[in-house]
Amino acid sequence: MMAESGSSEVAVIGNVDLTSTELENNIINTMVERGTALLRRMEINVAEAEKRTGKNTVNMQETYTVYLIETRPAETIAEGGTPAAPDTLWRRYSEFELFRNYLLVTYPHIIIPPLPEKRAEFVWHKLSADNLDPDFVERRRVGLENFLLRVASHPVLSDDEMFLRFLTDEKRWKEAVLETGFQDKVDSRLKSLSAMFRVKNPDKQFTALKHYSDDLNTIISQLLRVRAKVADRLYGVYKVHGNYGRVFSEWSAIEKEMGDGLQSAGHHMDTYAASIDDILEEEEHYADQLKEYLFYTDAVRSVCRKQDLIQYELEMAVQDLSTKKQQKEELTSGTVRIFSLKGMTTKLFGQESQEQRESKLEALDLSIHEGEEAVNEKNRECKEFLQTAWGDIERFREQKDNDLREALISYAIMQISMCKKGIQVWSNAKECFNKM
Amino acid sequence: MSGQTVPVDYSGHMLDLDEDEDLEVFSKAPVADGNPMPNSPSSMVNQFRLEEDEPQDVNAKDLFITVDNPESHITAIETFIMYRVLTKTTRSEFDSSEYEVHRRYQDFLWLRSRLEETHPTLIVHPLPEKFVMKGMVERFNDDFIHTRRKALHRFLNKISEHPILSYNQHFKVFLTAEELTSHRKQGPGFLSRMGETVRAVANTVRGLKSRPEEFAAMQEYVDDFSNKICTVDKVTQRIIKEEREYLDELKQYGPMYGQWAESEGNLAEPLKAVASCVERCGKETEEHAHHLSEVLVPTLHEYILCAETLKAVMRRRDHIQAEFEAKNEALASRKSEQEALQEEVDGLSDRMEGSNEALKGDWFRWKAGMRTDLKSAFVSSAEKNVDYYEKCLAVWESFLLSQRAESSDQQDGEDVS
Repeated sequence: MMAESGSSEVAVIGNVDLTSTELENNIINTMVERGTALLRRMEINVAEAEKRTGKNTVNMQETYTVYLIETRPAETIAEGGTPAAPDTLWRRYSEFELFRNYLLVTYPHIIIPPLPEKRAEFVWHKLSADNLDPDFVERRRVGLENFLLRVASHPVLSDDEMFLRFLTDEKRWKEAVLETGFQDKVDSRLKSLSAMFRVKNPDKQFTALKHYSDDLNTIISQLLRVRAKVADRLYGVYKVHGNYGRVFSEWSAIEKEMGDGLQSAGHHMDTYAASIDDILEEEEHYADQLKEYLFYTDAVRSVCRKQDLIQYELEMAVQDLSTKKQQKEELTSGTVRIFSLKGMTTKLFGQESQEQRESKLEALDLSIHEGEEAVNEKNRECKEFLQTAWGDIERFREQKDNDLREALISYAIMQISMCKKGIQVWSNAKECFNKM
Repeated sequence: MSGQTVPVDYSGHMLDLDEDEDLEVFSKAPVADGNPMPNSPSSMVNQFRLEEDEPQDVNAKDLFITVDNPESHITAIETFIMYRVLTKTTRSEFDSSEYEVHRRYQDFLWLRSRLEETHPTLIVHPLPEKFVMKGMVERFNDDFIHTRRKALHRFLNKISEHPILSYNQHFKVFLTAEELTSHRKQGPGFLSRMGETVRAVANTVRGLKSRPEEFAAMQEYVDDFSNKICTVDKVTQRIIKEEREYLDELKQYGPMYGQWAESEGNLAEPLKAVASCVERCGKETEEHAHHLSEVLVPTLHEYILCAETLKAVMRRRDHIQAEFEAKNEALASRKSEQEALQEEVDGLSDRMEGSNEALKGDWFRWKAGMRTDLKSAFVSSAEKNVDYYEKCLAVWESFLLSQRAESSDQQDGEDVS
């Protein structure tokens, strides 16, 4: 069953009059093109959002939003036929969070796609910070769909069974994912993320990646903050023009020849003032694209930390083995190079017997053997991690470059659209003024 | 009504207004100047009548004035600015065809008050304000001088375009006399005129029976107009302020893309390009705000002052009517000295009629001028807005083109809009 993905290319540049849905679809089409097995057989949408009320865990009434996940087989539609009805289920944001936490723990070497923000951040004054605000809900819907498609287009993550269940099994998914026992690992993961430890030989590439990730995080945060201020100011400029509308209308009432021209010019001023709302709403989609990569940096840092931890554990294992070997050597040669309480007491209170020494040696040998296995294991783990993680990092880099470039292009398109509207309105106003 | 032509019997009434004053001025004009044409009132009238036979259009302009070259003059007592006033003319009342004189703001004030005294119910274009607007610290900062100079230039040009005022003797003296101070001391009644103006303000309410309908309508219009034009000015100032704040943020915003580019590889080029686009749009925004300040704001400001002038003109007209009515009442109640009183009353009646006609005629002229000026200013502002958006559009479109050229053969077959 080969799927014919919807549109042929990412036709972003030519068509400059894109709606937000089309912009969204362009990024999605990019992902679909990459063609994982899952996406080849399944179409995924987050189609709607709805408000629900219910009792929460402490038996209090709460209002929350649920999102409709639609899945349907990705077949070509038969001529004249209608597409098959999709399978649907409802999920709320916290379920997405749970699922993502599962992914974080289960695939520590993968850069896990981020969720859209939990609370509205980088808000400019007219933008609502309210989670229940319809615009916020809409943008979150888009973000959740984006998340699912990112997972679905990932060569490794798309094969995960819990993912499939998340998409298709409304009631039993939660039980199943909890049964994997991933939550036990959550604590240790959190610990590892916050732990302070020193790695003796940090991997150069990963160190560079961590620095890059931190830089990216900083710069995108700053950019988003300033962008919000710019939006705020631009909003002010446009809205003040509404006052022209009002005063021109009043003024036209006392003029004879000038009246009509003034009145109609005033209407265009109102149009101009009103146009900024849509313009800035569009721009929020651009901001969301930047935010995704801002949140991605957390995932990247997470992978780097994991690598650090594994490296540290390897170094610890090596250290441990080295200590044990030392001990054996001392035991066999009789010299004490390493201070130990046992050694001291032995010295003070008398030598041990030959039997005791031999049993100790045996125990040490066993310990050394275990230690060697541990080192080998850690080495293997380290190598494996480096390989798989680095593969994913390369994939991520390419994705990031493409996506952000597309985002910049779509930003330019928005600016062009805004300019065209401006030209239109002011040309009309000029004509009216000419008739004054 | 275009307001460019002047009613036929205008000149006759005009001369009745301030007979003594005008004649005095005329007789003082030295024949020794070598002026072939005697400066008598009648000859002025003839001159005037000749003028009105031909349609007065812009191309018939024969008096060109510029105000430029502000220079600081420092004396022991004060510091002030001198402006150079250049006049080019083909009018025969002028001895020469070119004049260059230097005038200070006080001189302009003098000229305007003489014009107003001579023609109390004509609409004399206002001067820029005497004092510094709030917010400015130094009286002689460059912006202030620049704005004032432009306004003074406008003022003289408006006077030169006025069919009556441009022929005023004081105006001619202002444009031609090397030294103005001697002329400024001439002429009685300056102070008494001032007193009268003050009384006129007070007397408006008292003694005025009722305004003729057309003037009542005029008063209402003036009040409304004043209101509206003030609001338009406020809105415009606010827009400029908001634009400047927007520009400040843009100046922070653009460079961030550049900063970001420093840690990127493939993304560096488009990021730098976006930084450049934002910077260029910022420049356009700056220019736009500047244009508003240079073109729209001064015009609006002028017409705010015009509204005040109109209110003053209406008060003076009211006062003239009140004076007549007072005397007329006195005539009715007094039994003695009827003849003398009657003469007075007739005189006042004529004066009133003349003032009313003068105002009516000038009103149409003023309204036409206002329409032209404001229309031109609004059109220019709208044009500038279109221009601004066209320039920004070009900036972003060139970015798109550069990205399209950069990208591989992913994009096939779309239009370049």
